[in-house]
Amino acid sequence: MVMELLISVGVVAAIAVALAVLMVIADATIGNYGEKKVTVNDDKELTVTGGLTLLTALKEQGLFIPSACGGRGSCGLCKVKVAAGGGEILATELPWLSAGERAAKVRLSCQFKVKNDLKIAVPQELLSVREYTAEVTRIVDLTRDLKEVTFALRGPATIDFKAGQYVQLEVSPYELTDEPLYRAYSVASAPSMKDRLELEIKYVPEGIATTWVHRHLAVGDIVTLNGPYGDFGLHDGDRDIIMMATGSGMAPMRSILLDMAEKGSARKVTYLFGCKERCDLFLLDEMRELEKRLPNFRFVPAISRPNAEDGWDGQTGRLTDILPQYIPNGAAIEAYLCAGSAVIKSYIAALTAIGVARERIYFDDFG
Amino acid sequence: MSGQGPGLFTIFFAAVFTGNILLTLYLGMCSFLAVSRQVRTAIGLGAAVVFVMTATSAINWLVYYYLLLPFDLDHLKYIVFIIVVAAFVQLVEMVIERVSEPLYQALGIFLPLITVNCAILGAALFMIIRHYSLAQSVVYGAGSGVGWLVAIVAMAGIRERLKNARIPRGLDGAGIALIIAGIMAMAFMGFAGMLGLN
Repeated sequence: MVMELLISVGVVAAIAVALAVLMVIADATIGNYGEKKVTVNDDKELTVTGGLTLLTALKEQGLFIPSACGGRGSCGLCKVKVAAGGGEILATELPWLSAGERAAKVRLSCQFKVKNDLKIAVPQELLSVREYTAEVTRIVDLTRDLKEVTFALRGPATIDFKAGQYVQLEVSPYELTDEPLYRAYSVASAPSMKDRLELEIKYVPEGIATTWVHRHLAVGDIVTLNGPYGDFGLHDGDRDIIMMATGSGMAPMRSILLDMAEKGSARKVTYLFGCKERCDLFLLDEMRELEKRLPNFRFVPAISRPNAEDGWDGQTGRLTDILPQYIPNGAAIEAYLCAGSAVIKSYIAALTAIGVARERIYFDDFG
Repeated sequence: MSGQGPGLFTIFFAAVFTGNILLTLYLGMCSFLAVSRQVRTAIGLGAAVVFVMTATSAINWLVYYYLLLPFDLDHLKYIVFIIVVAAFVQLVEMVIERVSEPLYQALGIFLPLITVNCAILGAALFMIIRHYSLAQSVVYGAGSGVGWLVAIVAMAGIRERLKNARIPRGLDGAGIALIIAGIMAMAFMGFAGMLGLN
């Protein structure tokens, strides 16, 4: 009886091992495409490991393409233009590519494998994206569901970014995810502070990354970040500015305002910050401080559901309703928005209604 | 392991028509329903099934008679067959991806789907139950594959035409597909009288 059991286990194990060995050999021979050359923007030449997905191959060489899902083909963010050597578009890429993108040879880099020498085009800013190891040095509760986390960079030790840009935080596997994944957060600190990054992270129920940050991340933890990404930020000129944000939309605005204060900007800025209740407001003192440092800056926090016990004597109402009080005519103004998609849409409608030109409305949509 | 039983042609014909693995045994239904909207993709998946079924029938036959039976491990055939199919499909996918871009486009993406196609395991088990020889098993595997291909391509052809038909809302999609599969199954059963089989 025992013998029979042993033979059963042995034979199945032997078959499995034999097949596994066969797979390993196949991987090293059939799956081995050798080294391939990838020319980036007709300028930089990278030697990458063939057979890998383009996303992984580029990451190995220090070129980071933004991707939220970690390469599983479920976010559609990691698009790259493959000008030569691409071949046919795979069925797994099709749902993410519009007809225009297909014609322009845009590919989903997490699905497309490097089998030939390639020519690719990526936004120039991606070439300065680096991966950083960082230590969590401070976690502060700004409100009941929003934390400010400070990451001190360990290697490389400094980062260059523009106010308004974002970084991606790598979420290590834990009970809600088996694979590492990435989430984007706007930098809330000033670009002049190169050795640390402050992110403002709001808790979203069931959110994989936010649950990890709010429940698991502790001071002293070592994490991986990459960035900077994004083209949201202050445009040069001397137009008056309206800023509108809610919740963690505060982060890029704070970075932009700190940057303006350091550079001694005299532009007129009105910043409408909206939230539901008094207890959702944060960084009031810091904003009042900035009002002193910036000669023409006005911060207007507004609460849409005021409560008698709060003792709130400031502005009440929705930002879209109170906007005309502060900006009766938006014809000469430029606007900066940061909020979720639906809220951004409502802001844009309210801004165009008071005459702000659509092409002068810049926004950072955090979904 | 005997060479007795029906001739090769009879086995092939029976596997394609009278004993169609899909329409009379209802194996491999999920991909049959999911990938039968377009004739082109149906042909791709069907061709992949023919190839995998023929090849794995031979491999599984050898594994069964030269490895499992000598050790008296008949009861392990389910798990072993599945492992063999999975590894083989992986391997073929890698080879196709390396060798031919057009073939990978047409076939490659369907291969992972086939690993879990119960018709593949079904064919391997039937060849054991029916005591087929190696040659008979290969022909049976190929026939079952072709039968599956014929069924899914016919289904896709009908469903392409259904796009222009007015179907009651509640039946649209899987509902009408199952009814069609039932009617097709009855039609295929009509072949049974031809060779005096089954």
